[in-house]
Amino acid sequence: MNEQWMQSPLRRAQGLGSAGAGMEHWLMQRVTAVALIPLSLWFVALLIALTGSDYNVVIAWLRAPVVTILMVLLLIMLCQHMALGLQVVIEDYVHSDRVKIPAVVAIRYACLGLAVAGFIATLHITFDR
Amino acid sequence: MGNDRRPLSPDMQIYRPQLTSVLSISHRIIGVALSVGTLLLVAWLIAVAAGSQAYSVAQSFSNSWLGLLMMLGWTFSLFFHLCNGIRHLAWDAGCGFELRTIYASGWVVLAASTALTLIAWSSSFIVVR
Repeated sequence: MNEQWMQSPLRRAQGLGSAGAGMEHWLMQRVTAVALIPLSLWFVALLIALTGSDYNVVIAWLRAPVVTILMVLLLIMLCQHMALGLQVVIEDYVHSDRVKIPAVVAIRYACLGLAVAGFIATLHITFDR
Repeated sequence: MGNDRRPLSPDMQIYRPQLTSVLSISHRIIGVALSVGTLLLVAWLIAVAAGSQAYSVAQSFSNSWLGLLMMLGWTFSLFFHLCNGIRHLAWDAGCGFELRTIYASGWVVLAASTALTLIAWSSSFIVVR
């Protein structure tokens, strides 16, 4: 992402901020948060509608194209928001680089893995049989 | 500098908790706890994709007292993080920084997340009937 448009003149002149990075992290945290407002409310509504339903009803609901699209969007936004949030928590409380850096990388892998598993399950439900 | 015996600020033992600080740390702790919810969301999708047998296992877990307790905790946590997240987005936009507004919005967040939890659960009971 081109960060120039939100940089202060001093930052542009120096070429480095306090840590040299972080604007994109901050912005993506907010962009995903805004997207998650309607997406998470939609997901809660879906769960309420599916309360006590048997398997065939659940499958029929999840196969609707709108539901598939929204579910994939929810997984993208949720896993990205979760990765960014957990990263900040680790960076704030873990001070040793030997622990911090592997932990942040592990969080990134885990969140990506969750998103991929969620996509495949969603697509399997939609296109199987 | 160089004096290790200087007191740390804020000293948590003598620092009186206020609504603002309690909500701030709760937003973080609940955000981390919601990661478990994402894990369960993906597990639920995989169970649905795997077939009716796997789905009935997931269903029997979510209908157990532990499952219901986790769902109740998850709904309140989600609504709290959502409402307080909107409060944070307002602050990012530069709104609501006056002391009275900060306290008022804090109480609104607590009331709104409790109300949304009650609405979600009562409507799911109506769906079951």
